[in-house]
Amino acid sequence: MTTIFGIPLQAFLGQLLIGLINGSFYALLSLGLAIIFGLLRVINFAHGAQYMLGAFAAWLLLSHFGIGYWPTLILAPLLVGLLGAAIERTMLRRLYTLDPLYGLLFTFGLALTVEGTFRYLYGASGQPYATPALLAGGTNLGFMFLPIYRGWVIGLSLAVCLGTWLVIEKTKLGSYLRAATENPVLVQSFGINVPFLLTLTYGLGAALAALAGVLAAPIYQVSPLMGSNIIIIVFAVVVVGGMGSIMGAIITGYMLGVAEGLTKVFYPEASNIVIFVIMAIVLLIRPAGLFGRDA
Amino acid sequence: MTLTLELEKQKERSPVIAQTIFLGAGLALLLLAPLFFYPVFLMKILCFALFACAFNLLLGYTGLLSFGHAAFFGGAAYFTAHAVKEWGVPPELGILVGVIGAALLGAVIGFFAIRRQGIYFAMITLALAQMFYFFCLQAEFTHGEDGIQSVPRGHLFGFIDLSQSTNMYYFVLAVFVIGIGIIWRIINSPFGMILKSIRENETRAISLGYSVRNYKLAAFVMSAALTGLAGGVKALVFQFATLTDVGWQMSGEVILMTLLGGIGTLIGPLFGAGLVVTLQNYLATSEFPVTIITGLVFMACVLLFRRGIVGEFYNSRLGRRLGFEHRHKH
Repeated sequence: MTTIFGIPLQAFLGQLLIGLINGSFYALLSLGLAIIFGLLRVINFAHGAQYMLGAFAAWLLLSHFGIGYWPTLILAPLLVGLLGAAIERTMLRRLYTLDPLYGLLFTFGLALTVEGTFRYLYGASGQPYATPALLAGGTNLGFMFLPIYRGWVIGLSLAVCLGTWLVIEKTKLGSYLRAATENPVLVQSFGINVPFLLTLTYGLGAALAALAGVLAAPIYQVSPLMGSNIIIIVFAVVVVGGMGSIMGAIITGYMLGVAEGLTKVFYPEASNIVIFVIMAIVLLIRPAGLFGRDA
Repeated sequence: MTLTLELEKQKERSPVIAQTIFLGAGLALLLLAPLFFYPVFLMKILCFALFACAFNLLLGYTGLLSFGHAAFFGGAAYFTAHAVKEWGVPPELGILVGVIGAALLGAVIGFFAIRRQGIYFAMITLALAQMFYFFCLQAEFTHGEDGIQSVPRGHLFGFIDLSQSTNMYYFVLAVFVIGIGIIWRIINSPFGMILKSIRENETRAISLGYSVRNYKLAAFVMSAALTGLAGGVKALVFQFATLTDVGWQMSGEVILMTLLGGIGTLIGPLFGAGLVVTLQNYLATSEFPVTIITGLVFMACVLLFRRGIVGEFYNSRLGRRLGFEHRHKH
């Protein structure tokens, strides 16, 4: 049997795959956080809750309305995005003039409320969500067995990340967003509706989190706690990457997911803290983060 | 600069009478409280109040939002419980072990966290505290999910039996008063003034020649040590130490207590802790989850009254007439 560093190749590639899957979620979530932070200067603690809402929307749409995976892939992010936009318009907006810490505290409260409500309604245990028929099963790549759904998650998340990056870097809307990040007052004086841009951005960020949630539903169980488990890791990812660059957030997400997966092969005990350790090391060597611009 | 300092001194001197009356009344209430309330409930409030006041030393007076204070609170609870139960040390020494452990932990986490500011500082403390949580989950001495159970309260200084709840209550009250006294002393020292100047304008503090990093780290360690004091005492009160006290929810709870009571007020966190603990006790018997209420109160506080209860009182006409003044910026 082929081995790599004394580890069977099968196990190595298997963990690499799991790392890439986790990395996909880290990338999608930290991308959303970075976009929201870039424009709103708010760290969206509710990002994990919005991810959970996406997964729950998928589960509820299927079990109550019989709406399957494919329409949900559009519908769930749309619903959560609209909800996010409504929250931004009615509440979050009032906090922009204050210390950014208040935005963090507000979204933390929001996350607690949403999570508590779903725990109350559906209990703490997870609900299963079946893999869509089209993506069920797996394929033998010769050197390993690849479940098709996992390949789909990696592929789609890569596509969405790159698509978002393209929208922000190459389109007119994206240029407005970038300009508003640099100098909102000036952009507004050119007649661009900056408050609307802010609402749109928060909605978009929430929708990205919900999309990640829908993708996660068949892999992990749909549980009210899934959001808070992942958000703290995503915060560490964001500290490592620095929120200055969209591409930086994406790359860091995948990188740390893979690092976590590989740790599971070589030193399983440390796998759930390896991202925090990497964060500490990055803070020592390069406090601004790998892709950060600010000091 | 000197002028404002002089003004501050005057303002602080004038309301001495009103404040002394308030202080005396408060102390009297705390001394008599066990006649009317269940002592364990009161001790819980005092422990959390000290925790929140220690946390406020950092948030309210240095302007640093730590999202990882549960590590020091729960960590100290583990250290104290382990020392008292496994090593058989007396309670006062056990608490000292907790305080020192929390201070060391604070030095490590603070060392990393002060490398970034603002929002990043909060995220780093949260992440490192979560790392400590995973450590506690796997470490031998914490007994994982079970926690350290049936910790003996022992005899204070060898002769005061703490297993009697009245004795225990007055011991906790004494620790609380000493803890608040230390915080008051820190805030009103030249060192505390420098902390406030960092809160108000970090760049200017640097340009005045203060090594802001060292001051921040010192404040962080002090806050962690005092939090450890609260955590160690709590372990003795409840006679157990579990993972609940190191989880991120606990870090959130102490932020809420401080926010609700009044960021940057000495006694605000006491009121915040009292309210939150009462609410938890009240809801503990019902099916309704506390987190929903906690979350809603959080949102309401941030949106509607950021000064908190005590801050709003200080800022009201009556509060101002009595000479209280709330200087924290919002």
